[in-house]
Amino acid sequence: MGGYILRRALLVIPVVWGAITLLFLAFFVVPGDPVEVMGGDRGVAPEIRANIEAKFGLDQPLVVQYGRFWNRLAHGDLGESYRSGRDVNDILATTAPNSLRLAFWAIVIQILIGIGAGLISAVKRYSFVDALTTVSTTMLLAIPAFVMGYILIYMLGVYTFQHDFPSWLKFPVQGIGPDRWLGPIPLGGQWRFLLMPALTLASVQTALVARMARSSMLEVMRADYMRTAAAGGLSRKTIYLKHGLKNAMIPVVTLLGLSVAEMIGAAVLTETVFNWPGIGSSIATAITFLDAPIVLGLSLVLVLTYVLINLAVDLSYAFFDPRIRYGGESA
Amino acid sequence: MATIEGAAPTASQTGVASASAAGALTDTDQAQVASPQGDIWRRFRRNKLAVAGLVVIAVMVFCAVFAPLVTSYSPRELGSASRAKPSAEHWFGTDVLGRDLYTRTVYGARVSLKIGLSAVLIATVIGVVIGAVAGFYGGKLDGLLMRSTDIFLSFPYILAAIVIVTVIGRGENSVILVLGLLGWMSIARLFRASVLQAKQSDYVEAARAVGCSDFRLIVRHILPNAIQPVIVYSTIFVGTAVIAEAALSFLGAGVTEPTPAWGLMVAQGRSFLFTSPHMLFFPAGAILVTVMAFVFVGDGLRDALDPRLR
Repeated sequence: MGGYILRRALLVIPVVWGAITLLFLAFFVVPGDPVEVMGGDRGVAPEIRANIEAKFGLDQPLVVQYGRFWNRLAHGDLGESYRSGRDVNDILATTAPNSLRLAFWAIVIQILIGIGAGLISAVKRYSFVDALTTVSTTMLLAIPAFVMGYILIYMLGVYTFQHDFPSWLKFPVQGIGPDRWLGPIPLGGQWRFLLMPALTLASVQTALVARMARSSMLEVMRADYMRTAAAGGLSRKTIYLKHGLKNAMIPVVTLLGLSVAEMIGAAVLTETVFNWPGIGSSIATAITFLDAPIVLGLSLVLVLTYVLINLAVDLSYAFFDPRIRYGGESA
Repeated sequence: MATIEGAAPTASQTGVASASAAGALTDTDQAQVASPQGDIWRRFRRNKLAVAGLVVIAVMVFCAVFAPLVTSYSPRELGSASRAKPSAEHWFGTDVLGRDLYTRTVYGARVSLKIGLSAVLIATVIGVVIGAVAGFYGGKLDGLLMRSTDIFLSFPYILAAIVIVTVIGRGENSVILVLGLLGWMSIARLFRASVLQAKQSDYVEAARAVGCSDFRLIVRHILPNAIQPVIVYSTIFVGTAVIAEAALSFLGAGVTEPTPAWGLMVAQGRSFLFTSPHMLFFPAGAILVTVMAFVFVGDGLRDALDPRLR
């Protein structure tokens, strides 16, 4: 077990190195001139260009730039924006909490609605609820995050305003609002700004969790120990909740772990749709200006998060399924 | 083991693919029929959603190929009525520049299918080659290839695609290339797992004993028996690629105006959601229908190809 954990953890190093280097190369080898973009339509005078390039070290050979990039990283410095001159650490510090709050509530929705719907449709297999869950999860899987966002915006932010609906059904559709939080908990009217982005971010993964919970529960319900428990005279409720749920949750929990990683891509879209000031929308904006330090710095944080979560998920596999840590060496 | 490790990131990587992993369970009898192809088709036909999906795809392919026959406007033709509501004249209404949205949606199928299918073709070829080499030869080569797969997998798909397309320049070809080059990892893992399984079977041993070359062994004997999971995954992955293309175009990091791409139409429609929701919802609906069609066909294929998996 210890050996497996160590080997798996060490793997993170080449993965992170490779990912960051690929990102670095993407921005610096391939044509695309950030100085040009800074100047806009009017172009940049050669002296100014030289100044800017010197300031950011763009006049140095690639190897030097690469070395400096890692040197700064080693000191915990993500660099500064080409465009605004703002510190990327600074940008990260202001945007990360917003992204985390959004992600937190999206995960809560996935757990509550996803697992709930999956369990109910497994226990009441072939019922109306089951059919409804199957059809709606299939549809949710096919709706990209940004389309989902606009469906919600239209329902709660446009339609209710155009018709005579009570005011609590009229939701704000852009921005973060008053920005009042207690940790992840929205205070005052803050939840009205949070609701739609959180639902949008959660939608695809909620559908996946519901499907996984359903099939996993169906499998567990066929297991021998469930029959034994029933033969022992336990009530259906006890059997399902105490014996079934616990065992059915193993694949669901790993899926949830992976879903955090999956949500990173969806977050870029969701935050852009709702103008939510998080990491994703900052990257999306920075990309249009080829603002490499922001894109690289923030992507680095996202990739690290992604890799660490994958690591945790893999280790949890080994924890739950001994076959992996003993037999999986070749894989 | 490889299957367990391979399957989990696969599911997470695409989102849609997991639909198949946890698909609906129904019962079917397994009557023996002489031809395996006929058998697959017979089982596929029984899944009504899959057949519906196939019909939708057929209609879309027809629209994409014969777009000028399906509509009387041109996708770039500017009309006099800006943001007109749907009417007999303009079935889906018009956009800001007065262009007919029905026409643009039909031509959009051309863009989406071209990008989706080409990207998946690239990803499948790369994935199958890497998976075959890794699974067949094993050892150090396998380790190296699988670690590179891990590196590529450590990029969140959409994020990486946005970054790279922006850097190498927008347009249809870069989107195809990037979606293809970033999408092979799950296919490589899947195919490697089935190669590992097929490698141990008696017919491969037999072929090897007769003196088959490695290449012939892989292409003639292992590939036909190990390709099924890849076919299923690739089918569903077309839907994922269509979503990714739309997302990229929507963010301004994909196809550019005046190409009629669904993601671009959604991006334009969002500013007029209050007054002209049709501008957003027709192209959005087209994305939805296309993606669902590929997911249903993929699900149906999985059940038809391997009845044991149900």
